[in-house]
Amino acid sequence: MEANEPRIPGVTAPSVKTRPDNNNIGLPHPKYPLRDLIRKLTQNKKVVAGGTILVAMVFVVAFAPLIAPGDPMAFVAQANQPPSAEHLLGTSGQGQDVFVQLIRGSRVSLLTGVFVGLIATILGIIVGMTAGYFGGAVDNILSVVMNVFLVIPGLPLLVVLAAFLPRTPATIVLVLGLTGWPGTARVLRAQTLSVRTKEYVSAAIVGGESIFRVIFAEILPNMASIVASSLLGGIAFGIVAEAGLEFLGLGDTSRVSWGTILYWAQNNAGLLTGAWWTFLPPGLCIALAAFSLTLINYSVDEITNPALRSQRSGGAILRKLYLRSRATPVVPNEK
Amino acid sequence: MELGVKYIFQRIGFYLVAAWVSVTLNFILPRLMPGDPASLLLSRISGRLRPEQIDALKKVYGLTNSPLPVQYIQYLKQVLHGNLGISIYNFPTPVSEVIATGLMWTLLLGLTAVVISFVLGNLIGVIAAWRRGGWVDSVMPPLMIFIGSFPYFWLAMLCLFVFGFELKLFPISHAFGMNVTVGFNLPFLIDVVRHTILPAITIVLVSTGGWALGMRNTMIGVLSEDYITMADAKGLSNRRIMFGYAARNALLPAVTGFGIALGYVVGGALLTEIVFSYPGLGFQLLTAVQNLDYPLMQGLLLVITLAVLIANFIVDLIYVRLDPRVRIQARE
Repeated sequence: MEANEPRIPGVTAPSVKTRPDNNNIGLPHPKYPLRDLIRKLTQNKKVVAGGTILVAMVFVVAFAPLIAPGDPMAFVAQANQPPSAEHLLGTSGQGQDVFVQLIRGSRVSLLTGVFVGLIATILGIIVGMTAGYFGGAVDNILSVVMNVFLVIPGLPLLVVLAAFLPRTPATIVLVLGLTGWPGTARVLRAQTLSVRTKEYVSAAIVGGESIFRVIFAEILPNMASIVASSLLGGIAFGIVAEAGLEFLGLGDTSRVSWGTILYWAQNNAGLLTGAWWTFLPPGLCIALAAFSLTLINYSVDEITNPALRSQRSGGAILRKLYLRSRATPVVPNEK
Repeated sequence: MELGVKYIFQRIGFYLVAAWVSVTLNFILPRLMPGDPASLLLSRISGRLRPEQIDALKKVYGLTNSPLPVQYIQYLKQVLHGNLGISIYNFPTPVSEVIATGLMWTLLLGLTAVVISFVLGNLIGVIAAWRRGGWVDSVMPPLMIFIGSFPYFWLAMLCLFVFGFELKLFPISHAFGMNVTVGFNLPFLIDVVRHTILPAITIVLVSTGGWALGMRNTMIGVLSEDYITMADAKGLSNRRIMFGYAARNALLPAVTGFGIALGYVVGGALLTEIVFSYPGLGFQLLTAVQNLDYPLMQGLLLVITLAVLIANFIVDLIYVRLDPRVRIQARE
């Protein structure tokens, strides 16, 4: 985790220990690491729960016009009507069907998240791995850049950026993507630094492989779990941050997304007239999307880092003796 | 305390670079607008301004015909003199004066919320790691992840709706009511506290989970260290091992994370302020954006960024106190 990364140059982090290969005695070495990982993932309850929510959401996005036909911006009934059979989630302050808006708005919200996640992760990979691989002056400069952008608070910068630039969904994607990368870059840099010293990397370099190939074909595959977790985190960040910017009215307010529904709910005083149906559903959807992504993310972390798995076996006595049982770890401590 | 001085100087250097980057960003932003920034800026706000306001605006932006490097140096000079220009909307109040009032409220709300969530979150994390598999450990992570998934501003809306609108337990907007006199008197202070509780709870709710999860994970690592076994073998009390040995060492990454998390918390606090119409920097930022008050907007960005940098530096100083390795490192 990035919290373990040392901030003080020179002080070695306990977390980035390289794993001695002969420590694996007794543990079956998986023949197919990827297949093994997928098997572990599908057996994990959290991954299954998060994955189910996610698949359902993708389904809704794909078939949105079929699930909720009609123009989401059309004025269909009186304003601020509570949920009824005709309008499942009532109507907004402008007499629009909230359910239709919610379903149709999912596309903008989720796609923004995906694009933001992709841009941020790709930028993070490029910057982080360049810094970690080349080291020296390149690393110093890039590290300062990363840390500066990590320490500058994102939201005010986003707000001001969005205020200056034209208000389109593409602007929001770009602004969020361009501000979301430093966390990923930092983690990948630390990891690249440690992988860089492995023998197979040296072998590849000596073997005359191009730098490009060494970085992307030799080193990158070893960081699949970090990249995956960055991507998931980036998507969740994108969804929540997009909603935040839209909520402030910095997006295109004539376009339906979960953020703009909230913007209109706030601006039409949906809160103060008790119209809970205008702001509860979009918020729950945003949270559900972010929650499912985070759930999968934490599980990936748990699976790749066994030390974090909670111990459920054993009763009260074992828990009491817990401190002692810890002294003789069965699995070699990886972290 | 000469130990750690080298480290502190390194950090000062870093923050100076960061401050320079944010000032430069501030300079570049208006010039990022497609086309000619001067005329675009002015056309967006035309009709709202008197001629003298336009002149002031041009002056602040250095949107004269001088070449970019000259404009940049002029801008740097102005910032160094604390001159952030004149607010367009509150003409002719200087931006720095407008921001000063907002800063006070944001500090009050932000500091209260951040300190509470840091202490609470780390405490929960310690307990969860200590009794691994216990009820805190089983209930806490999923619950925290779930609450943490909600956007700050939405949770703020929910709190406002439930506790302010439906239950009428707390006031729903502003930092103090109409019927109290501003000043150092008891009714005013009580009123301020009453107005701060709901926004603060919102921030605490969303940000506690991160601390708790981080602490739990580091603490689990620390608990498998030999010195914990040693402490146990010596027969020290559980409480002493828990806090004096394990938590104390597991706290270090949390302190480091504190600085980074601060940026997010500030962002969240800004959104929370907007929902509660709490007159801090966030609310000012939104009003500035809505009024196209570009100098105020940029001044706010600069002040918020610098405040976070300063907070980070304070965290670094605390870190030197907490981690003897930093001091030893500096001595060598």
